Amino acid sequence: MGYPHDIPRRISAMTRRESVQLLALLASFVVVGYAGIRLLSGNPVGVGTWFVGSAAGHDLLLFPLYAGLDAALVVLLRRRPALATVGGVRWLNYLRVPAVVSGVLLLVWLPLILGLPTVIQDASGLPPPPLLRHWLAVTAFLFAISGAVLTVRLASTRRSTA
Amino acid sequence: MTVLDRWVRRATEHPPPGPFRAGFWRSPLRGPWFTAVLSVVLLAGITLMFLTGLASYAAYNPNLAPGNDTTPDKGLLGSWLPGWPAGPSWLYWVTQGVHVTLGLVLIPIVLAKLWSVLPKLFEWPPARSLTHLVERASLLLLVGGAVFELVTGVMNIQYFYAWPFGFYQAHYYGAWVFIAAFLVHVAFRLRRMVTALRSRSLRNELRTPLEQTTAEPPDPDHLVSPDPAPATISRRGALGMVAASSLVLLGLSVGQTIGGAARSTALLAPRGRDLGSSAPEQPDFQVNKTAAGAGIAPVDDTWRLELKGDTSRSLSRVQLLALPQHTARLPIACVEGWSTGVQTWTGVRLVDLAALAGAAPGARLFVESLQRGGGFGSATLSAGQAGAADALLALQVNGADLTLDHGFPARVVVPALPGVHNTKWVTRMTFLAGSAP
Repeated sequence: MGYPHDIPRRISAMTRRESVQLLALLASFVVVGYAGIRLLSGNPVGVGTWFVGSAAGHDLLLFPLYAGLDAALVVLLRRRPALATVGGVRWLNYLRVPAVVSGVLLLVWLPLILGLPTVIQDASGLPPPPLLRHWLAVTAFLFAISGAVLTVRLASTRRSTA
Repeated sequence: MTVLDRWVRRATEHPPPGPFRAGFWRSPLRGPWFTAVLSVVLLAGITLMFLTGLASYAAYNPNLAPGNDTTPDKGLLGSWLPGWPAGPSWLYWVTQGVHVTLGLVLIPIVLAKLWSVLPKLFEWPPARSLTHLVERASLLLLVGGAVFELVTGVMNIQYFYAWPFGFYQAHYYGAWVFIAAFLVHVAFRLRRMVTALRSRSLRNELRTPLEQTTAEPPDPDHLVSPDPAPATISRRGALGMVAASSLVLLGLSVGQTIGGAARSTALLAPRGRDLGSSAPEQPDFQVNKTAAGAGIAPVDDTWRLELKGDTSRSLSRVQLLALPQHTARLPIACVEGWSTGVQTWTGVRLVDLAALAGAAPGARLFVESLQRGGGFGSATLSAGQAGAADALLALQVNGADLTLDHGFPARVVVPALPGVHNTKWVTRMTFLAGSAP
């Protein structure tokens, strides 16, 4: 670690560009502070947890989960090349694309898809919309399209190699 | 060389294992061009999100009366906002439809952008200099703010209130925290984004198949992997996958905003059910607050509208129906992004009621509901809104008396007014002379 007497020297050694950047950041923190006090005023711990948890939830939970699943699949197919192709066509992205689109839909509509305790029925007077059914149908449709495109690719590959 | 410099150099040369080492990140797609393409879309999208969000806050007319303000301690963060106009009738329908639907569409792009820069989270050492440390603190506000705004928005439109705070306060002040960090981020990185966008041709990238996809040349920000693995998807494939996710989100939700025949296409949206198709001769539509939920007991003939201005009047529903009736075709748009679509409302013009109450020209209007508890049991309308030609105290919709859930015996309908301010089950209307405080 630097000694305290380093700090003034380091500040004076800062480039002009760096000091402008630091000033801009400090100006931004003034607005952040002004809004932040109001943001936290009702329930500092609750709001703070959700705010930091939002970044941490993505960076340390969601990202490792989806990137890890994808990496595991990619490594498996690299080690077992025979598995990676069907009829000479690499099928990985025919799985990836519908899985990613379906995964994003699940992520966004998670409360209604999983039937978590929402108050939508109190608001609308109607039973919660059947989003689980819709999501499953859309997911099946996405995989069906992907499968159909793969089939066409396979057929054209077979024709061109025949 | 100072002690700090030596420490920084030693730390840079000996990062901890795992994600802190550059070799851990091997995707050949990460690089300044890829990040810049996502960034330029987000730059436009987030700017529009902030402006439409601010418009939605202004649409409640928070500076007209304290009761209209969901965040009364806002201070400089909105006390300068102008009043909201009473038209065109589709104004709030469009601004808020864009706000909510665009927010959904941007989610895959935000996720992709975060994916593209994630190695930077594990930079080692965590801070190289004072400026670098402060900038990283600002990035926490940027990422935390972006995800916080998306999460609170997405949970709110699904009525999933799992958090221990109020939505309006969290989403509004959260937006200001985010935008402060966003502006400084844009100021720092705009030039790099432009340079990166010019480093490759989009047209060429869209023509480059997987077999020819290789990493971008090494960049000063170290986004490019020093040891890239062979590509498993092309750049165009990855961008296409992100675009497809956005388009599917859009296509399966925008119908709840457009309404009418399009509503049934909103398969993945909270308000995709079309109540109109079951009885086309007298179409019905969804509500945001039921009579039961608002604690409204069945209203009988003893109901009177209390009208207050220079004089006080008490009017029965029969008397209201005997006044000149005006019909207006107006949508009601909700802060949650969905809308009723255009419906045909019939009732008494607010200007006619103002005249009956002997209100001075330019009076504001305070409307109170029979509603017990919950939010938005009353609202104050500006002189412009109360004086608009199509601003009504509606008694009927689509040719029939209002149902209890639609606000029987009478409800307010004003062009371009956010849904919750179109007060239902009206019991008292007070015309307030004098200019707004």
